[in-house]
Amino acid sequence: MADAPKIGFSRRGFLKGAGVTAATTAIESANALVREAKDVAHFDRAVGPDALPVKLHINGREHSVTIEPRYTLAETLRDNLGLTGTKVVCDRGSCSACTVWIDETPVLACMTLAIDTVGRQITTIEGLSQGDTMHQVQAAFVKHDAMQCGFCTPGMVMSCAALLERNPNPNLDDVKHAISGNLCRCGTYPKVFAATLDVAQQRKQSAGLMTLSAGWEA
Amino acid sequence: MALESAQTTPVSPTRTDKFVWGIPQNGLQQKEREVSTEEPPPLPANAELTYIGKATERYDGPAKAMGTGKYTADVNLPGMLYARMVDATIPHGRIVSIDTTAAEKLPGVRAVHVIEHVYGVAELRDPKLETPSRYPVIRYAGQPIAGVAAVSQQIANDAAKLVNVQYDTMPFVVDRSEARADDAPVVFPGPADAAGSAGGGGGPAGVPQKGNVHGPERKTIGDIEKGFAEADVIVEGEYFTQVQTHSALETHGFVVDWKPEEMTVYASTQGTASVRSEFADVFKLPKSKVRVITEYMGGGFGAKFGAGNEGVVAAYLSQKANAPVKLMLDRRQEHIVCNRPDSHQKLKIGAKHDGTLTAIQLTSYGTAGVGTGAGTAGPATNLYKCPNLLTEEYDVFINAGPGAAFRAPGHPPGCFAFEQTIDDLALKLSMDPLDFREKIDENPARKVERQVIRDRTNWRNRKPAGSDTGPIKRGMGIAQSVWYRFVSMNSSCEVRVSRDGSVELMSAVQDLGTGTKTMLAVVVAEEFGIPPSSVVVRIGDTRFPIGPDSGGSVTTGSISPAARNAAYQAKLKLFAAVASKLGTTPDNLAVQNGRVIFKNDPSRSFTLKQVTAKLPTDEISAQATRLPEYSKERITYGGVDYVELAVDTETGRVHVEKVFGAHDCGRPINPTGVISQINGGMLQGISYALFEQRIMDRNAGYMLNANLENYKILGAREVPEIEIVLIENYIAQSSTDAAGIGESAGIITLAAAIGNAFYNATGVRMRKIPMTPANVLSALGKVQEVQA
Repeated sequence: MADAPKIGFSRRGFLKGAGVTAATTAIESANALVREAKDVAHFDRAVGPDALPVKLHINGREHSVTIEPRYTLAETLRDNLGLTGTKVVCDRGSCSACTVWIDETPVLACMTLAIDTVGRQITTIEGLSQGDTMHQVQAAFVKHDAMQCGFCTPGMVMSCAALLERNPNPNLDDVKHAISGNLCRCGTYPKVFAATLDVAQQRKQSAGLMTLSAGWEA
Repeated sequence: MALESAQTTPVSPTRTDKFVWGIPQNGLQQKEREVSTEEPPPLPANAELTYIGKATERYDGPAKAMGTGKYTADVNLPGMLYARMVDATIPHGRIVSIDTTAAEKLPGVRAVHVIEHVYGVAELRDPKLETPSRYPVIRYAGQPIAGVAAVSQQIANDAAKLVNVQYDTMPFVVDRSEARADDAPVVFPGPADAAGSAGGGGGPAGVPQKGNVHGPERKTIGDIEKGFAEADVIVEGEYFTQVQTHSALETHGFVVDWKPEEMTVYASTQGTASVRSEFADVFKLPKSKVRVITEYMGGGFGAKFGAGNEGVVAAYLSQKANAPVKLMLDRRQEHIVCNRPDSHQKLKIGAKHDGTLTAIQLTSYGTAGVGTGAGTAGPATNLYKCPNLLTEEYDVFINAGPGAAFRAPGHPPGCFAFEQTIDDLALKLSMDPLDFREKIDENPARKVERQVIRDRTNWRNRKPAGSDTGPIKRGMGIAQSVWYRFVSMNSSCEVRVSRDGSVELMSAVQDLGTGTKTMLAVVVAEEFGIPPSSVVVRIGDTRFPIGPDSGGSVTTGSISPAARNAAYQAKLKLFAAVASKLGTTPDNLAVQNGRVIFKNDPSRSFTLKQVTAKLPTDEISAQATRLPEYSKERITYGGVDYVELAVDTETGRVHVEKVFGAHDCGRPINPTGVISQINGGMLQGISYALFEQRIMDRNAGYMLNANLENYKILGAREVPEIEIVLIENYIAQSSTDAAGIGESAGIITLAAAIGNAFYNATGVRMRKIPMTPANVLSALGKVQEVQA
C-alpha cells in the first residue's frame, strides 16, 4: 500500500501491539492505542465481545448494522451488508484485494475493524460507479482488458482511482508503485498500467478542452 | 489425461468442403475435408470475417470492474450458514479420537461433520495393509478432518478451533530426496495410486513401488543405446525445480443447498460437469437432482475440479443443518490443498555434428506429496522428433499435500531442464540456439515464430555468454513450448432467437477468467451478423446443455464449434420460418456484412430484427453438440518465447527486462482474450522461475509459508516489457478451427528461457529454480548452497 491508513486501531496495529520488538513499532502502536481510545470514546462504555449496533457511512449512505467489535470492515461489508464487490483473498494484509477508501485514502478492509470506521466516509467498489455508469477507471479497465478472473479487479480499480486523485499525472513507475501491494494471479498487471495511464491522458485532454472552451466563452 | 481425443469417423451423411489451411505468413492454402452435413459451411480466414479474430471487449468486463459479478465466495442465500474446515496439525499419524462436543455447544453452531473418506489423494492398492479405523490415516499436515457450520464465519472459525483431535503420531518425511532413502519413513505401507483429475495430472497406476518411490513410468522409442553410439556429441544435465502452489485468488469453495427435490451447488470450479458427476457419485443421487452453478470464478489454474473434500463436507453440513452452507477454504488451506509437483531431472541428449538428434534420455523424480503425477517427460517426448528416446518418471511420496493438474502439467519443469540442455547442445555444436532448433524442429508454426523472434527482437545483437564485464550482466535467451489438441465431446450449446431480435446462448461450460463468455458471444455474433455485445451468454449452470471441464486448454476447441453449429442451426430455422413472409425461399437468405440479404439480389437486405419480427412463434431455438474432428492428423500447439534479463552478480537478483512471445492456437477467436492469457502465462512463468517456492519445515512437517506474504508471487514491480505476436494456424479440424491457449501461453517456456538468458549473461548454467538471490549467488560460487 502506498498510503498508510489514517484511521485508528487496525487489526495489524493490534497484532503489532501484541508482540512488539522494535522501539519504533512500539511507539506506533502506542499512538494507535491513543487514537483507538479516542475513536471508541463515543460509545460511552467498553464494547464487546457481544454484537452492538453501529452506523456506517458507505458510498454516501448511512447503514445500520449490528456487529461484534472483532468484525473486520471486509467481513462487515461482505457478510452483513451484501457489498461483495470488496474481495477477501489473503485476509491478512498482503494482497490488497480488499482495498476500499476511508475518507478518500485507500485502506485494507481486511486489516480494519468495522467499528473503527464509525464516523468515517467509506467508499467501496460499488460506490465508484454511478448506477450502471462506470467510473472512468472502471471503463478503462474494460477497454484495456485489465482483468481476467476479475477477483483482484475491484482492489486494483480502487488503488488506481485513488492514485489518479492524488496524482493526476502519474508515470508508469507511479502506477507500479500504487499497485505494488495488489496481487493478481492471472497476470493482468500490464493492462492495469495501460488502463490507468490512459485515464490520466484522457483527463489531461478533457482538462485542455475545458480550458479551451472557457477561453471561447470569455 | 482424462480427456478424450475426438477422432471417430462421422456416421451421418457427409459432403466434401474446402477449408482454409496453413499459416498466413506462408501463404494460405485449401484443404478438402469430408464433413457431416450438419456442419455449417467452412469459415474463411479471420481477415475476411466481421467479428471472429477482431479485438472484442470482455463480455463480463463491466461486471468485474464494478464488482457486481457474483463469485461463489459472494453467494449469500437466505438462512445460509458459514463453515470452516478442520484439518490435521500433524504430518503423519492415526486419529485416536475426535471430540466435537465443545464445538457443538458453542452458541451459533448448527452442524459438525467428521470426514470418513479423504478424496484427491493416493490410495493403497491393498487397503488391508492398514488396520481398519473409523478415521482416515493422517498423511499430511493440513489433511481435512472435519467441518463446522455456524451462523457466522467468525463463530465457525471459533468452533473449528474447539474440535479436539487426539493423534497417535508416526514418523514422517517431507523432503523428496530423504524420502527416496531405503530407511525413510513410508507415507504408505504398500503400493498406492492416485487418479488424475478432469484437468489432467495424476500419475500412472499399477507401476512398481519400493518404499516411497512409485514408478517408473517408462516410455521407449527406438534403441537408446544405439542412439548414443551414433552420436558425435553428447550433453548431460541435472536440474531441480520446486513445488509451486496454485494460489488462485478465490480459494476453493462451495455453497451447497441440499433440498429433498434438488441439491444446488455453487462451485468455484473449472468443471461444472465434473462437480455434478462427483456430487452425484458421492451422495448416490441421480444427476438430474444435482444442479451446479459457476457464474463467476476467481481462478483455477488446474486446481479446481470435482467435489473436493470441502464440497463433500459442505453438502453433509447442509444436510445436517437443513440450510444452505458456504464453505470456502482459507488461504493457508488453499496453499496445502494441491500444488505443482517438484522435480529432480537428469537429461542426456546425443546429436550428430550437423545437429541431427540421435538420442534423448530423461530420468525424473518428483514429489506430488500424497498424490502422484510428477512426471516431466512431455517436452522431451514431444518438442522435437528423435528416433531414440527413453524416459523414466518416478513419483516420490512425502507427507505433504497432493499434487494436482497445474497449467500444462509436467511441462514447465520439463521444459526448464530440456530446453536448457538443448541450448547446451547448441553450444557444443557451435550453433546459434535458434539455428539449431531450425534444424531439429519441422513444425511450420514454430518456424514462423522463430522468424518473428529473429526479425523483431534484439537476438541478432546477442553476445557470447558472459561478455559483460561489470557486476550487472545482461543476456538473452529463448525457449519453445508444445501443447496438445485435446477435445471433449461433452460440449453442447443451445441458441435461442426471439421475435424481438434478441439472441441468447446457453451452455453449462464455465468461464475461469479466460474469456469463454466473450469467445462464445463472438462466435454467435459472426453467425447472425450482430455485434458480440448484442448476444446474451448464459453459462456456468448445469440446467443448460453440458459443457467441457476446462483443463488442458480444451475449452475453446471443444465448445466453440458447438456454439457455431447451434447458432447456424437456429439461423436455418429462422430462415425457414420467415422466408415465405419475406417473399423468398430459405436457401436464398444469408447473413452478409451485418444484414440478412437475398443471395440473388443483395440490394434486398434487412436487419436481424426486421427478419425475426416475421417469426410465427415467439421463439425458436437449436441445440448442437460437438461433432468429431475432421481428420485424425495429430496436432500440437506452442510458441517461442524470448527473454532479455539482467543479473546483478553482487546481490544475486535477476531482473527480467523484456519478454517477446510468438504463439499459435489455431484460429484465434478473440485476440484480446488470447493475448491477455499469454500475458498471464508469461508472468506466471517468471513468477515460477524467480520467486515461488513451497517451503516445508523438516522438523515439524508442515508448510512454513502457506500465505501470500511468505509465498512470494510476482507483483507489479516485477513486470517486464511484454510483446506478443499471435500466429494464425488454420488446421481444418472443426467448424471454428479454434483452440485454447491456457497451457502454451508462456508458463511452459519462461523458466527455460530465463535459464538460457541467465547463461548468456553470466556463462553459468542455473540448474535450480526459483532463482532467488541465495540460489543465484550459490550458482555463481559466491555463497555456499543453502537448502530451503
